[in-house]
Amino acid sequence: MGFGTAGIILPTLPAFSRTISPEQLLEPGLDVVVKKRLADAALNAAKSQGATYTDVRIGRYLNQYVITREDKVQNIVNTESYGVGVRVIADGCWGFAAVVDAKSEADTAKAAEQAVAIAKANAKLMKEPVQLAPQKGYGEVSWKAPIKRNAFEVPIKEKVDLLLGVNDAALKNGANYVNSVLFMVNEQKYFASTEGTYADQDIHRIWPIFDVTAIDPKTGKFETRNALSAPVGMGYEYLQVNPADKVTGITTRYNKGYDMLEDVTAAAKQARAKHTAKSVEAGKYDLVLDPSHLWLTIHESVGHPLELDRVLGYEANFAGTSFATLDKWKSKDFNYGSKQVNLIADKTQVGSLGAVGYDDEGVQTQKWDLVRDGILVNYQAIRDQVQIINENHSQGCCYADSWSSVQFQRMANVSLEAGKTPLSVANMIKDVKKGIYIIGDGSFSIDQQRYNFQFGGQLFYEIKDGQIAGMLKDVAYQSNTQEFWNSCVQVCDESDYRLGGSFFDGKGQPSQSSAVSHGSSTTRFNGVNVINTARKI
Amino acid sequence: MAIILTEAEARALLTKVLSYSKADSCEVNLSGAERGNIRYARNEVSTSGALANQVLGVQSAFGKKLGTATITEFDDASLEKVVRRSEELAQLAPENPEYMGVLEPQQYLKASGFFDSIASLTPDKRADAVAKSLKLTRDAKLIGAGFMDDRNGYEAMMNSKGLFAYYPSTNVNFSLTVRTEDGKGSGYVARGYSDFTKLDTTAATRIALLKAQGSAEARAIEPGKYTVILEPTAAAVLLENIFFNMDARSADEGRSYFSKVGGKSRLGDKIMDERVTIYSDPTNAELPASPWSGDGRPQEKTMWIEKGVVKNLAYSRFWAQKQGKKAIPSPNNVLMAGGTQSLEDMIKSTQRGILVTKLWYIREVDPQTILLTGLTRDGTFFIENGKIKYPVKNFRFNESPVIMLNNLESLGKPERVVSTESDQNYLIPPMKIREFTFTSLSDAV
Repeated sequence: MGFGTAGIILPTLPAFSRTISPEQLLEPGLDVVVKKRLADAALNAAKSQGATYTDVRIGRYLNQYVITREDKVQNIVNTESYGVGVRVIADGCWGFAAVVDAKSEADTAKAAEQAVAIAKANAKLMKEPVQLAPQKGYGEVSWKAPIKRNAFEVPIKEKVDLLLGVNDAALKNGANYVNSVLFMVNEQKYFASTEGTYADQDIHRIWPIFDVTAIDPKTGKFETRNALSAPVGMGYEYLQVNPADKVTGITTRYNKGYDMLEDVTAAAKQARAKHTAKSVEAGKYDLVLDPSHLWLTIHESVGHPLELDRVLGYEANFAGTSFATLDKWKSKDFNYGSKQVNLIADKTQVGSLGAVGYDDEGVQTQKWDLVRDGILVNYQAIRDQVQIINENHSQGCCYADSWSSVQFQRMANVSLEAGKTPLSVANMIKDVKKGIYIIGDGSFSIDQQRYNFQFGGQLFYEIKDGQIAGMLKDVAYQSNTQEFWNSCVQVCDESDYRLGGSFFDGKGQPSQSSAVSHGSSTTRFNGVNVINTARKI
Repeated sequence: MAIILTEAEARALLTKVLSYSKADSCEVNLSGAERGNIRYARNEVSTSGALANQVLGVQSAFGKKLGTATITEFDDASLEKVVRRSEELAQLAPENPEYMGVLEPQQYLKASGFFDSIASLTPDKRADAVAKSLKLTRDAKLIGAGFMDDRNGYEAMMNSKGLFAYYPSTNVNFSLTVRTEDGKGSGYVARGYSDFTKLDTTAATRIALLKAQGSAEARAIEPGKYTVILEPTAAAVLLENIFFNMDARSADEGRSYFSKVGGKSRLGDKIMDERVTIYSDPTNAELPASPWSGDGRPQEKTMWIEKGVVKNLAYSRFWAQKQGKKAIPSPNNVLMAGGTQSLEDMIKSTQRGILVTKLWYIREVDPQTILLTGLTRDGTFFIENGKIKYPVKNFRFNESPVIMLNNLESLGKPERVVSTESDQNYLIPPMKIREFTFTSLSDAV
């Protein structure tokens, strides 16, 4: 409970996180030999209680958040969460138990026994036993994110100086208020299962964000502009300024290196400019969508509806089901989009939020087609469901957000393939008669079967007869997933391809969050319904 | 060591932790919880689990330099370690000019949110409650997907000025979506209680079942402005966006709906129909809540909106001092006064309108007006001449809850509801609203 405050809302820390001092984040976790011993104790205990399958996840999750507003550091938070989660199948039913700070074989064995007891209590409610797709064991393996500079090794002072510099630039360029935050995550996770895999992995993510507010004292109105950064599966090198990573145009956008100072300077001016921008006239427009915006539309209208657990009804009580039903997939001619639309799931993409070596049920990660030449060809599925779509091997997209959460199907990085014909953004805009160019993500909402959606944005520019005619405000577009993707007429080429993403994508009950990237090049959609969101009150 | 400490055990532990402190001031928060959940879908149990945890947080201050550390281990060496760690962080931190120091001992109201019926729940009892629900959906050849989540826990705090607070509580949330086999109908129910004996999964399941059957073969009607009756579950997810915006500092800074031209806030202004009264009260028997906030401030019975007038906004201690106001904390529960009409009475008095039973995916489109978008879900019905005539297809809406509460027709009897967006429990009445704005149709069921 609590009445919120303006600006950036902090995420809820993962359950059971404890706050620790900065230098402790660099202490190594348990040795892999010890982790294997703890895992084996749980595997053996579950087996002796009657489990037919067991997996164990030993997790050390480190987070650091540096939080500022204007000239003040509001908080520096360091958390560490360590524990063990054990998942079993007994009497054909899943069971799960998690224990905090489990450092002895007795602790992990006890969690295993508790998981088996829960599975057996619930087995009486089952009609069909759980089935798992075959999975080979990989033995003892490891994977590390290819980062260049570990964000946890960067001194706090460097981070504080960056953010206070960002805030200062915002205030000097027309903002009344500014909040800025650095989120850094390191997941150190160890997986073991009765299939014979012992996988040790080290995953890093970073997300620098800000929001600026500009108030017009005459009207009492306020306008905001959020950062055009993306959360990424990188180290602190993402904050290295590199001209080659900049995409220039009406405003600068960023690829694998983010110039936070430059972006906030533009943001402060743009928030101020929104006060005098033209309020959009509702109607049909051709939309030119930048990757910093389109990632969220891909996420909601492609990533989620093509999760097989949703299609089957496992998420019916909360996230919902899906319009992309099995009969549409089986028909092999369901036009998800126009011929230009190729959508790909990929858990291996370097620098993406979803990249890992092995998923949370010990399956090596991969890349596969979801929509090819506009036709729906596949879903995203894990070991206990993939046989339903006639696959004999999991697609490797199982994930749990903590050692204390049960792993389940989570979205892979889902991206729109770049256009094969050379096409720049400038040339795309040149052909648009009546359109809106949208940059950055704003408010978002979609129904529980993923038909009807509405999206806002950060920056809107009117396109008139092939020219950018000025800034617009109060813009949101409404469409239907299939209609929208079939209105896609052009995708810019590979040189414009960039990743956006979600650091905190929610799904499941109890709700879990996961981080996922979505890549695209700038893309044009014709004749989309735009509404005006201004109200008098 | 037990996860759930008694008041005496918590006091003894916190006293020991404070005895290690060498800082100018120190504040210690302790919480523990045992949680169990069971999840099902396609009329089968899918996943379920058990978790137990206890966390100790220590905040030390040297002047205005602050450090916070938390730990999940409770031997003496660990307790001393966490105190030392918070002190080391405090010495490294920059000064926080907004730090207000720790509070003197306070007086709290008596609130009773603990029930043994939840504290003594077992995996078998949980499975039995779900079995009753599954039997109904299976027998009716409908498809159930649900979730039951129970929590038994406590919170305690102590500081170096001698303040001590303790509050034990229990809670269970149950929710269920029932769908027809052909996917053309869908119904929902959610229940939240502090006492497990109040949860009747059979009665709740019947509601979702009737809505699933009744919502099949929905007809499309034109989007536009309609009189709507919002069931409390639908109203809650709109209203909580007003609550989330009731922070005094944002209002005073000019960046919230509650701001006015010239650096003023809407405190004291009439902003909605005079029948709207929204308050908090930790002693409410139906929706008990902790009588103290995380920093030790008392939670008193507080009017937020009374007869349509903004009576209070929430203040941090720093902002209250700066503005010369009373530092009223964000509330731990929110209740809205209602009338005496039943939902049936409200339908009977409606010539032409739409019954909305649930809303989904609510997002703020414009913070300036609290304009929200979202969709109806799991049972939307057309009302004509005082009767429910037929189910209608789902709509997307774009509407502000402030505008909506200016267009109030009538209020029914308040009920405890669970927000399908935030999981918070509220006491909210059903409400009839004129000119509610639906902007497009959705094919979703």
